[in-house]
Amino acid sequence: MNYEPVIGLEIHIELATKSKMFCSCSADYFNKEPNTHTCPVCLGLPGAMPVANELAIKYTHLIGLGLECQLSLSSKFDRKNYFYPDLAKGFQISQYDLPFTQKGSIEINLHGKSKKIGVTRAHLEEDTGKLLHSKVDDRPVTLIDFNRSGVPLIEIVSEPDMNSSEEAKAYAQKIQQIVRYIGASDADMEKGSMRIEPNVSLRKVSKGQGSSVKELPNYKVELKNINSFKFAAAAIEYEIKRQSELLDKGETPAQETRGWNESKNQTVSQRSKEEAHDYRYFPEPDLPPFVFNQDYLLKLKKELPELPDQKLKSFKDLDLSDYDAEILSRSKDLALYAMEAIKVGEKTGIAAKKIANEIINKKPDINNVLPAQLVAQIYQSAQSSDLSDDELTKAVEETLDENPKAVTDFKSGKENAIMFLTGQVMRKLRKKADSGRIKEILLKTINGN
Amino acid sequence: MIDPQKLTIKEAYSLLSKREVSAVELTETYLSRIEKYNSELNAYLTINKAGAIETAEKVDKLISQKAKLSPLAGIPVAFKDMYSTKGIRTTAASKVLENYVPIYDATVVAKLNEQNVINLGKTNQDAWAHGSSGENSDFGPAQNPYDFERVPGGSSSGSAVAVSSSLALAATGTDTGGSIRLPASFCNLVGLKPTYGRVSRYGIIAMASSLDSIGHFTKTVWDNALILNHTAGMDPNDATTSPVKVDDYMDEIEKGVKNLRIGLPKEYLEGLDLKVKDILKKAAGTLEKLGAKISEISLPYTEYGVATYYIIQPSEVSSNLARYDGIRFANTRDNFGAEAKRRIILGTYTLSSGYYDAYYLRAMKVRRLIVKDFTDAFKKVDLILAPTSTGPAFKLGEKVDDPLSMYLADVYTVNINIAGVPSLNVPGGFIGDLPVGIQIIGPNFSEKLIYQAAYAYEQETKYFKRTPNL
Repeated sequence: MNYEPVIGLEIHIELATKSKMFCSCSADYFNKEPNTHTCPVCLGLPGAMPVANELAIKYTHLIGLGLECQLSLSSKFDRKNYFYPDLAKGFQISQYDLPFTQKGSIEINLHGKSKKIGVTRAHLEEDTGKLLHSKVDDRPVTLIDFNRSGVPLIEIVSEPDMNSSEEAKAYAQKIQQIVRYIGASDADMEKGSMRIEPNVSLRKVSKGQGSSVKELPNYKVELKNINSFKFAAAAIEYEIKRQSELLDKGETPAQETRGWNESKNQTVSQRSKEEAHDYRYFPEPDLPPFVFNQDYLLKLKKELPELPDQKLKSFKDLDLSDYDAEILSRSKDLALYAMEAIKVGEKTGIAAKKIANEIINKKPDINNVLPAQLVAQIYQSAQSSDLSDDELTKAVEETLDENPKAVTDFKSGKENAIMFLTGQVMRKLRKKADSGRIKEILLKTINGN
Repeated sequence: MIDPQKLTIKEAYSLLSKREVSAVELTETYLSRIEKYNSELNAYLTINKAGAIETAEKVDKLISQKAKLSPLAGIPVAFKDMYSTKGIRTTAASKVLENYVPIYDATVVAKLNEQNVINLGKTNQDAWAHGSSGENSDFGPAQNPYDFERVPGGSSSGSAVAVSSSLALAATGTDTGGSIRLPASFCNLVGLKPTYGRVSRYGIIAMASSLDSIGHFTKTVWDNALILNHTAGMDPNDATTSPVKVDDYMDEIEKGVKNLRIGLPKEYLEGLDLKVKDILKKAAGTLEKLGAKISEISLPYTEYGVATYYIIQPSEVSSNLARYDGIRFANTRDNFGAEAKRRIILGTYTLSSGYYDAYYLRAMKVRRLIVKDFTDAFKKVDLILAPTSTGPAFKLGEKVDDPLSMYLADVYTVNINIAGVPSLNVPGGFIGDLPVGIQIIGPNFSEKLIYQAAYAYEQETKYFKRTPNL
């Protein structure tokens, strides 16, 4: 029996707003003293009420645009009701049936082929507090830190369009890249500002039957506790293997949530997910519903920065190789830098390819070397790299022959002699040459290779 | 020697500004009266003796410095125990919050504190505002001062008792299905349910978020309007408050009702207790005499109000009470009383998968129709006159074993909450020795007009002068 993996990804992204989603506490909670970024609202104290963070909504819309989603003209928040110690109010303010954005897609590129992965929706909600299992006076306790409670969170749900761990990883990386390009989040898996939850199941595919049969399997397994792309891929691989073994035996894998165990390199059953938990969603009565007009949406579209795919295309249009274009468009900062350098280079008659090579291979510090400075450096060495090593060596040897005294002087400790000799070589060449290279060859020759 | 029974805010303000009485004297008078009567009346759950004296001393100092003071400065006020008061125990009359002390003030509390009112303490109520009689308090019911064998009405029972027994000059309440207007009716008071969103809910323990309205009790209409002048307004902490400009409710309060079109809803008259109908008809007659034009109107979806309300409200209640998990504050959930449990279970059911569409969603659709009833009616009339209660105060214990009959006590008040419109209960007369109120209902943000009509009616009838014999 052949199986085709059917994979969907749920990605949570913490937004880089200054304040939390429903109160004005600082959202910058990472590594802060516990319970210092709190107020009655994010603590869910009696009588406290939420007020929506406008920037967070705007980021949600921009991300939706970045994922080619439709933006809903009317939207609302809903209450998702359940009990858990890290959920202060006993409900999470989220979105149910009228999310801010839905029905989009992104393209991933693997092995030279591109594939469209559907995005079901991207909605806005608030993060929960954090539980920490610890010991106080030797007693096992669970500590709750509410610094993270109320931080704005975007949930991006994909269609189950991925068929391999590689595709899943590429999708996740693309989402991360787009979100970073927009500046909505640093989407850092180590810091917890990006979290991935893959859903994995297997579809039976009999030999000869193409992927035209697209029925969804009658179960799915949700994977949690994944904090890197590497582990995401490993967890998915493990699941594919585990599930196919079960299916081979004629068993259907249980619909459940499994946690990735780093040390054991396997997924472990966490809780049963027979049916979806009944969250008793209803519209959040404390937050009036939203209506967006076309003016606002048009303004947003203008604010959307150039996205990775567009940057990629612009580099390719300059005749850069796919490989080079992909590297240069990886991060927005690098892409802007490279494009700027190429523009400057154009004026000085330096080819885009050369600039691309310089950036990719030499990895200049783009924070401290201005694009124009980089181009100047390239120009400098471009002048001298017209000369071949042979030509240089010939010139050096001739100069040494013609200036035996200088050679003797240098050998007896006079450092200046090298400078004199370098100057002589350059005079002989009558071209601007890389003095460093010349010195190198001089020393080599003098010291007897 | 001041007689609190005869005192209103208007008169107290006059005495204070003329320095015929000091704020401390006034406060101490009320505090001793509370000491004398509260154990029997059970109006207060927490008395803020030290804080009250402290503020009174501050006010006296300001007066002696000839500082410009609000007419509310030095006025003794009580707060329903749903209102968060920083540093002062806040229980919602529930054992769950028996020892809960808030770290912040509700917006309305802060606003009134800014005016230097004297916070006498926190009043009794039905626990979590679940009730129409005051009998659902976990700390014993408050007593109706007009008849100790009868309920004062709920859920803002303690606040109504405090003002009508002259243990405060004003008291705040919440009205989600009639919880200010009903006790006002039973206790001969002016009780306001303002337009939803007119007064901030921030810091007030939420009952049903789309229905809770923040109002208050006073003896007279003038007093009531004065308080609204200071509590109304948009609050950046409450996203459901309205940016609509706040009127000066005192301005033109004596305007009268000449040519005002007032409607009597026929659905409210069908099956109305004959004695209450009498009171209502008399009130209509008085208003007509004063120049108003009375007509009959229809609010066709009236009969669906109680059912709609008792689906929407418990649904929201079940969610709003989820935070009381006993982990970080409050006692554990087994401390919830029977009525709270009833509503949590009912509300969880009506929101649950498979039932949401049939109950909650359906009720929200009917809600739209009830809103339209009022919008349509106000195209024909300026105000609506209606009964508040099905009769005078019923006896303690009478409806306690029949929750459904208790729910039906709200029949004339709930539709107003569903629609969000404002309504004021004014004393409408007496049946025997028991007071009965009437409602004056207006379109959204028409509190100023309502006060004008209420003031004219009050000055003509002066029922407020008949205080209880304690």
